Amino acid sequence: MKRATLHYLLSLLCMLVLVFGFAYADPNSDGTPEVSAEAEGIQSADAAFDQMMAVLTHKRCVNCHPSGDRPRQGEDSHLHYFEVSRGADGHGLAALQCSTCHQETNNLQSGVPGAPHWHLAPRSMAWEGLSRTEIAESMLDPERNGGRSLEEIVHHLTEDDLVLWAFEPGVDHEGIPREKPPVSKEDYIQAVKDWAAAGAPIPAE
Amino acid sequence: MKVSFNINGKSQTVEAEENTPLLWVIRDVLDLKGTKFGCGKAACGACTIHVDGEAVRSCSFAVKYAEGKNITTIEGLGTADNLHPVQQAWIEEIVPQCGYCQPGFMMATAAMLEKIPDPTDEDIDNNIINVCRCGTYYRMRKAIHRAAALKNTNL
Repeated sequence: MKRATLHYLLSLLCMLVLVFGFAYADPNSDGTPEVSAEAEGIQSADAAFDQMMAVLTHKRCVNCHPSGDRPRQGEDSHLHYFEVSRGADGHGLAALQCSTCHQETNNLQSGVPGAPHWHLAPRSMAWEGLSRTEIAESMLDPERNGGRSLEEIVHHLTEDDLVLWAFEPGVDHEGIPREKPPVSKEDYIQAVKDWAAAGAPIPAE
Repeated sequence: MKVSFNINGKSQTVEAEENTPLLWVIRDVLDLKGTKFGCGKAACGACTIHVDGEAVRSCSFAVKYAEGKNITTIEGLGTADNLHPVQQAWIEEIVPQCGYCQPGFMMATAAMLEKIPDPTDEDIDNNIINVCRCGTYYRMRKAIHRAAALKNTNL
């Protein structure tokens, strides 16, 4: 009887260890044995890079980071109508400035997009035709990024109204909403910060 | 909202919904009919005016942005007794056909000549991208060169 009771108690103890052990080690039941970085709001550098690049390679960004002197526009990224050109400083030609048509906010009547200091990225920051890693290399290269530090890059990517316009792109000339990047503004901003906090690593691709 | 600005040398205060196109205010509130509605998409340039000296498509310029600005329309470019060189050149070269788009072209040209006093054909092609359905481009090109010469002579 004593032996049977001992076996019973040992069996019960093992069951308790198994049940409570799994429950505490895996509260989210996702197979991760310890508290993950994601649970603390920090994603891995690779995941952050993926999220960030899903935005930066989107037409809302690349249309104004062209490889030539003319911006692109529209969902098909066609060359800007009327042969509009960057001019000396990216703000247009002497008498045909970007601000001839683009103001500080989207114009929902005409369908002309707008944001503060609407202009083209410098030629050194051309992203059109580049891969994700090439864009990242370009962003981090002081020779091409306007001498920005990583902190300044993060500021530009997460706080510049012109960059964040991508998430509120308004409507086109037919009143049809422009396509937004596939990541929300909040997730994108967090991804940029997480990627930078991890040292801005560029994955091998 | 109330918006105050200077237009053709006169102070004006208008009451309008903030996103009303400035073109509507100019034509319908201030009764200045020289500036034309063309496409309403900032594409054709018929509505071109000057805001602080810069060419602007007024169909796509919300009136809220006019606060405190100096605005010039075709009515304020020159006077009957003292035509602007662009107006003088347009008359001398007999540019208009139907005439509808011409105020926009003239305003765009006047703005360009302040930046490029002696434009080449390439400068004209690159900076004056308004649309004329009558196809008066050839005469306009001649008039722009003449306007530049007149303006530089008057200096």
